[in-house]
Amino acid sequence: MAKVPVQFRLNGSDRAAFADPADNLLTVLRRGLNDFGPKYGCGQGTCGTCSVLVDGELRLACLTLAASCEGASIETVSGMADGPNLHPLQQAFMEHFAAQCGFCTPGMLTAAKALLARNPNPSRDEIIDGIAGNICRCTGYEPIIAAIESVARGAAAGQRR
Amino acid sequence: MARFRGRGMASVNYPIGMNLGGDPSQALIHSNPDGKFTVALSAIDLGQGMKQVTRQVAAETLGVPIEDVYVDTADSDTGPHDMGSFASRGTHRMGNAVIAAAREARGVLLEAAAEELEVNAADLVTDGKGNIHVKGAPSRSITVRATAQAAQFKQGKTIAGRGIFLIPLSSVDPETGEMNPNTAFAHACLVADVEVDDETGEVTVLGMNSAYELGRVINPKMVEQQLVGGAWMGISHALYETPEPYYPNPDHGPRDFNEYLMPGPGDIAPYSIAILERPAPDGPFGGKGPGEMCANPVLPAIANAVYNAVGVRVNDLPITPEKILRGIRANGGAKPQARRGGAL
Ligand code: FES
Ligand code: FES
Repeated sequence: MAKVPVQFRLNGSDRAAFADPADNLLTVLRRGLNDFGPKYGCGQGTCGTCSVLVDGELRLACLTLAASCEGASIETVSGMADGPNLHPLQQAFMEHFAAQCGFCTPGMLTAAKALLARNPNPSRDEIIDGIAGNICRCTGYEPIIAAIESVARGAAAGQRR
Repeated sequence: MARFRGRGMASVNYPIGMNLGGDPSQALIHSNPDGKFTVALSAIDLGQGMKQVTRQVAAETLGVPIEDVYVDTADSDTGPHDMGSFASRGTHRMGNAVIAAAREARGVLLEAAAEELEVNAADLVTDGKGNIHVKGAPSRSITVRATAQAAQFKQGKTIAGRGIFLIPLSSVDPETGEMNPNTAFAHACLVADVEVDDETGEVTVLGMNSAYELGRVINPKMVEQQLVGGAWMGISHALYETPEPYYPNPDHGPRDFNEYLMPGPGDIAPYSIAILERPAPDGPFGGKGPGEMCANPVLPAIANAVYNAVGVRVNDLPITPEKILRGIRANGGAKPQARRGGAL
């Protein structure tokens, strides 16, 4: 099939790639644009490690057609840190030992970012709900929940100040 | 129809490492001209923290800051030989190999420093902050960096060390059947509280409490991380995961994550852990390491708790609702067993 050009913003920069019309976004990000942040776990929407934000909305890149992202703004875990400064969620994941092998971490961070963007002060249950689409094999989830909770509580405290 | 609570416990004596043809690990350490050290291992860090633990062990033995040690585990083609990352052997075997390598490298480092300071190497100590000085005379000192540079560019010396740790193969005595395949055992005891629904057969883990004896805990946060994550995997193995079909026909076997069940973040149970440290005489700084035993006691403890709750003894894993319901039916109803050890 003839390749089609796809253009979108990726972590704030304009990027373009040639993609098969049937290519999913994950393939284009990883193979076409060398953004290896989002991981390929299952390729069928069940593990969550490919999670990205498309126009601010949490999406599974493995189930998103790249061509449908024309003109969109895509955020991946690779754009989370501001230069050498980690995003508060990344910092919290580090402090709470929320990664072991790290394979789920890109998806967990992205899901957490999306959650806090729509609900800056989530309850524990809302946090669990926010990462319910993401499988982690190593941590038993507790450190991940604790890390997200700490950022949410910190942000909430900041707002009150 | 009711929900029955039950409590089960399990204890483990867990051997660290294995006995297949002996169980060697090798490590190589060398200094770079900037005074930093590279540790080469072929064992792989799967996320259990082996890089961090061997880095701590190397820094402590070399007598240099931890920031100045880099652990490279990249390549089993080019690295020194290792049996691998399994059998909970990482901390113990690789840690010991790293200590041996670091001792040798430290010896050369101090000799090179001695030559620069014109003193006897035996009189030198490290301060762990990147300096080497004469014992009792901190002003007569040289940095590790300057020493590495002098060795490299002036003395023509390689600051490096080799290490191996081997527990030789132990064969069985044909007369007595005796053997000694292991030198370090870790221990644990775990209590699980569950609730079993006699209508659906579903098991909810209400909470777990455990005590782990792991030798010296080299990195407390990472030990906790492994124990918490491993316990989740134990629950998962006890109640959900199987590559076998739940039903006799293989067509019903799991092919992907839609069918291969694993608990999600909403299924975790409150878990508290007490860590006991009884340093192993032959462990690196007394360490044994948690490893696989993070998950091991969870399975029998949950199986025992299910029996305690409804009187059904499930002998094959996972303990599915179907097996529980069949057991309850065979027994003519749920048969809660006597409770021990106080309220939930
Ligand atoms: S790779 Fe997309 S959900 Fe698993
Ligand atoms: S840290 Fe390994 S899968 Fe989550």
